[in-house]
Amino acid sequence: MTTMTYALPDSMTMLRRQLKHMLRYPSLTLQLLMMPILFLLLFVYVFGGTLGDGIGGPSGGRSAYLDYVAPGILLMTIASAVMGTSISVAMDMTEGIIDRFRTMAIARVSVLTGHVLGSMVQIFICTAAVLGVAIAVGYRPQAGVADWLALIGAFALIAFALTWLTVAAGISAKSVETASNTPMPLVFLPFIGSGFVPTESMPGWMQWFADYQPFTPYIEVTRGLLSGTGVEQSDVVLTFAWSIAIALFGYTAARIKFNRR
Amino acid sequence: MFDLGLLLTLYPPAKRGTMNTEPLAIEARNLRKSYGDDTVLDGIDIAVPRGGIYALLGPNGAGKTTTVNILSTLIDADGGEARIGGRDVSAEADRVREQIGVTGQFAAIDDLLTGTENLRLMGRLHHLDRSESRSRAERLLEEFDLVDAAARRPSTYSGGMRRRLDLAMSLMGDPRVIFLDEPTTGLDPRSRRTMWTIIRELAAEGVTIFLTTQYLEEADELADRIAVLDGGRIVAEGTADELKRLIPGGHLSLRLNRDDQIEAAAELLGATATDPEQLTVQVPGDGSVDSLRSLIERLDRASIEVDELTVHTPDLDDVFLALTERPENRKESVR
Ligand SMILES: Nc1ncnc2c1ncn2[C@@H]1O[C@H](COP(=O)(O)OP(=O)(O)OP(=O)(O)O)[C@@H](O)[C@H]1O
Ligand SMILES: [Mg+2]
Repeated sequence: MTTMTYALPDSMTMLRRQLKHMLRYPSLTLQLLMMPILFLLLFVYVFGGTLGDGIGGPSGGRSAYLDYVAPGILLMTIASAVMGTSISVAMDMTEGIIDRFRTMAIARVSVLTGHVLGSMVQIFICTAAVLGVAIAVGYRPQAGVADWLALIGAFALIAFALTWLTVAAGISAKSVETASNTPMPLVFLPFIGSGFVPTESMPGWMQWFADYQPFTPYIEVTRGLLSGTGVEQSDVVLTFAWSIAIALFGYTAARIKFNRR
Repeated sequence: MFDLGLLLTLYPPAKRGTMNTEPLAIEARNLRKSYGDDTVLDGIDIAVPRGGIYALLGPNGAGKTTTVNILSTLIDADGGEARIGGRDVSAEADRVREQIGVTGQFAAIDDLLTGTENLRLMGRLHHLDRSESRSRAERLLEEFDLVDAAARRPSTYSGGMRRRLDLAMSLMGDPRVIFLDEPTTGLDPRSRRTMWTIIRELAAEGVTIFLTTQYLEEADELADRIAVLDGGRIVAEGTADELKRLIPGGHLSLRLNRDDQIEAAAELLGATATDPEQLTVQVPGDGSVDSLRSLIERLDRASIEVDELTVHTPDLDDVFLALTERPENRKESVR
């Protein structure tokens, strides 16, 4: 009897709406792709030779660094895409149609889940595109079928958590500018983690932060799966723990913010 | 015939539901809303029977949108209660939402979707089946003269077209009560008339309509009952005619030829104001042909020469000047 019965169909309707928006406004998606691709090329071609020698020892060089940095760039892609979520949620909240949704007997949360699901689709498109560029410049993942499936699962979990967080950021933002700035730190977290250099090379206090912040386990899991060398259990546990915590926090904050007006 | 008074004593209002008496379509009692120190609604009552057209008339900032927002479950009132079709707007918000369609003051449409897609989105959210949704959308596009624009995005529409699409979207769910917040503000006279026709047709189908407007003329054209909102209170309520009788705003303005006749004319006609510089004399009157004829005859007999005669019918200015000048309606607090 309640409108919650409609949570699923309403969410699908809202997802459709988001996908249409994405198709009609592809420049946002392209913009989100620019940064990770630029960083990929910069780090491989400019810093790659030197950094590769530092990481891989004698057998290092550019291609060793490409292997090392690709997972970090993929996580950076996710971070960049969820920044887009925050922007599009904030833009959507200024649209009159949101008030129309509020006066309709629909599952209210579907306005938000539509954004979350839409962003997840966008994230998969973006990560696939960036992976394609990495492969084009010589990256060769060693993942088996099971690894790929696990990677898709891991990305879905990470994307789900981070989009709820940035949906909350987008709703809370007073302006579209704020909405694009608030999630900015996410894009830099791979740097203060194991994305570009091993955390052991950092000073002690920073290493402590780097080892436990969400992006390091995310990157380590991705790296393990893509290289086919397996993943550490502690990284899997941290990935789940962080994702669940972030998703719960984001979901709760988003709902509270959306219902208050 | 039965005695309504007796009936009401036997079945007090609270029990009337069991008697098959329809609840009012819209009913609000003592609604209050403040933003900080700013009291926007200071206890207003509204009653609209099923199928009625009710107009809330008021100037900028009177609280019209606030009232619509409360009645349409968008915001909560601070006090009082409101029911739509007998359902409480805050306790049974979803039951209320099932009955209503809302066309807010500012277009509530998705600019990235086409006209058709906007309507189909509504169809999906009302959980209509595909064919029903499609045929309803087609019918509305046709009725609202949007067929040619259906495949375009609303950002390419004119103001009137956007308004019509907005209203069409509110109708996809076949609502029993419709809220229209300033449906014709910014429309040209032709579009305004089109909108009026649409509204009248909806009412004829038995839909209850609650509209807000800044134009007395619009309320006069459409509404069965008009309420004038000012300073957070309803300062007058009634049919258009009842309301006009309250408003002593109608007057005639005469511009004379000679300034030495102003006093004579003022005395003869019982003028309410004179302006010797402009040579004008203001006389109360409604501008009916009979009153004009007798006025001119009297002026002729007194040999008073008139250059120009203008009839002022009461407009919103007159309504507000008249209704808010009375001290009992003046706001106590001065911000
Ligand atoms: N969210 C809000 N916060 C603070 N004040 C508000 C808010 N919403 C409305 N108000 C105030 O309430 C008063 C009434 O506003 P409302 O929008 O209901 O007026 P209105 O009659 O619809 O006016 P208009 O004809 O300009 O649309 C205004 O003084 C406005 O500043
Ligand atoms: Mg308004």
